[in-house]
Amino acid sequence: MKASKVRKPKHVSYTKWGYIFLIPFFSVYAVFSFIPMISTFYYSFFENFMSGLKMIGPKYVGLDNFVKLFTEGDLLKYTENTLIMWVMGFVPQILVSLLLAAWFTNTRLKLKFTGFFKTVIYMPNLIMASAFAMLFFTLFANNGPVNMMLMNLGLTKESIHFMSSTIGARSLIAMMNFLMWFGNTTILLMAGMMGIDVALFEAAEVDGATPWQIFSGITMPLLRPIMAYVMVTSLIGGLQMFDLPQILTNGQGGPDRTTMTLIMYLNNHLFSKNYGMAGALSVILFVITGALSILVFKVLMRQRES
Amino acid sequence: MGKEIKESGSIHLRRFFCYIVLIFFAVISLFSFYLLLINATRAHVDIQRGFSLLPGKSFVRNFNNVWNNETILIVHGMVNSLFVSSLTVILSVYFSAMTAYGIHAYDFRFKKVIFDFILLIMTIPTQVSALGFVKLITFMHLKDTFVPLIIPAIAAPACFFFMKQYMESSLPMEIIEAARIDGSSEIHTFNTIIIPLLKPAIAVQAIFGFTSSWNNYFAPSLVLTKAQDKTLPLWIAYIRGADFTKFDMGQLYMMIAFSIFPVIVIYLILSKFIVQGVALGSVKG
Repeated sequence: MKASKVRKPKHVSYTKWGYIFLIPFFSVYAVFSFIPMISTFYYSFFENFMSGLKMIGPKYVGLDNFVKLFTEGDLLKYTENTLIMWVMGFVPQILVSLLLAAWFTNTRLKLKFTGFFKTVIYMPNLIMASAFAMLFFTLFANNGPVNMMLMNLGLTKESIHFMSSTIGARSLIAMMNFLMWFGNTTILLMAGMMGIDVALFEAAEVDGATPWQIFSGITMPLLRPIMAYVMVTSLIGGLQMFDLPQILTNGQGGPDRTTMTLIMYLNNHLFSKNYGMAGALSVILFVITGALSILVFKVLMRQRES
Repeated sequence: MGKEIKESGSIHLRRFFCYIVLIFFAVISLFSFYLLLINATRAHVDIQRGFSLLPGKSFVRNFNNVWNNETILIVHGMVNSLFVSSLTVILSVYFSAMTAYGIHAYDFRFKKVIFDFILLIMTIPTQVSALGFVKLITFMHLKDTFVPLIIPAIAAPACFFFMKQYMESSLPMEIIEAARIDGSSEIHTFNTIIIPLLKPAIAVQAIFGFTSSWNNYFAPSLVLTKAQDKTLPLWIAYIRGADFTKFDMGQLYMMIAFSIFPVIVIYLILSKFIVQGVALGSVKG
């Protein structure tokens, strides 16, 4: 022990710099994330809301807010809305991304202009979601360009009221989610596919395997960690769905609150200053996303170890 | 011989099919932005009258209408967004690099625990602490200022993770040792030697950091309430809430274009780095 200290005196004296370099991150994290999180959890145990101009509470009520959230039924409805819209966007997204990534990485197919296609399909990911939703709102309005185009083409006689039906509004949100994320997922899956040993594909081809056999027998099994990563991070993102439905429906979650998501619900509680309920809802969201984050963490750790 | 011809024929057919599908997806990715671009150049009456795939002649008029609008301050919002996003990106990139360097270059007792902790909080959404965040900034008298939108960028776990990955792949410890022998202090080494070496990673994270701040709607909606402070997404929300029937649609499309096209232009210039960056920061199969 002593001998090593003598041999590497410098090494020891630098240790403190490791801590010093971490100070900015952790002090900011503590003030702007950790303390707010703890105080959010703390509020979940209090009755505290605005009734007209009067502030009720804060009064300690134990778990009453949680009981209320679960028994009122809205939480369940909004969780269902959020998950339905996520699935409607995610299923086509993962299927299309798998297909495109398989084509882009296929050495026999040797597609040209892949750089161009990747650039184009990734682009919607960087677009301001609120502006994108506003754009869809105007394009799919009852007398908007999409309806005019459909009528010009003779596909419909009367304009389609996309946003007044549940399926229409949900489909628009799912479609925007799909457009914003399928390029990103394609690139992630490509990175995974390119990590697979080419010899495996060549051996399969020599053995006369069909493209589908190669895909289902080699690519898919080896892609499992990245598929898990893509799915869980997408679900975490899906649970945070806010900008698109909020702007598309002007915060109403219409029609009849069938596109109201969990974060829109939280946002409503924050703006109506119902802090007790907002706190309880945050705790529930934290528990769900926290559990999912542990899954992401495990995938990342496994990758780093290999 | 015959088999070979048949095979090459089938690969041509497959390739042709692939291109058709790829073109289809490229078109649906671009179509809404194309319509936006077209409608931003058309006059209100033309937009009401019918659909067109060709641009109109009212680009300058729509542009001036947005520029001179005294109730919906889109240009002011753009300046605010630019200010917030620029400072955010500088802080997040610099301090994420610093944090990653602290863990990468030094050996200390809680190194592994701290690294795991940052990885674990990386995917926890900021929305779950929104209530406490609003309470805190009200208590600190920071409401209606840009501070609560900028300072938290110092702790950016995803940016940190990217920087750490990059350092592991391309920052040899020998460089740091050499700087120490030359008598360079640790902070000085970081600022003058390490930061320049991280340029590729910084470029990628600068783009992602900038766009995510530029596009951010949730946090500013909790912090900013005054018209002169509003960032672009807040103006978009304002327009959505306004009475639609009285709107000049040409001007409206131009306002959306103001929020979307700056990012598209930056993207097209830097797309090569961005697409590579997405792949770099990912999990390998």
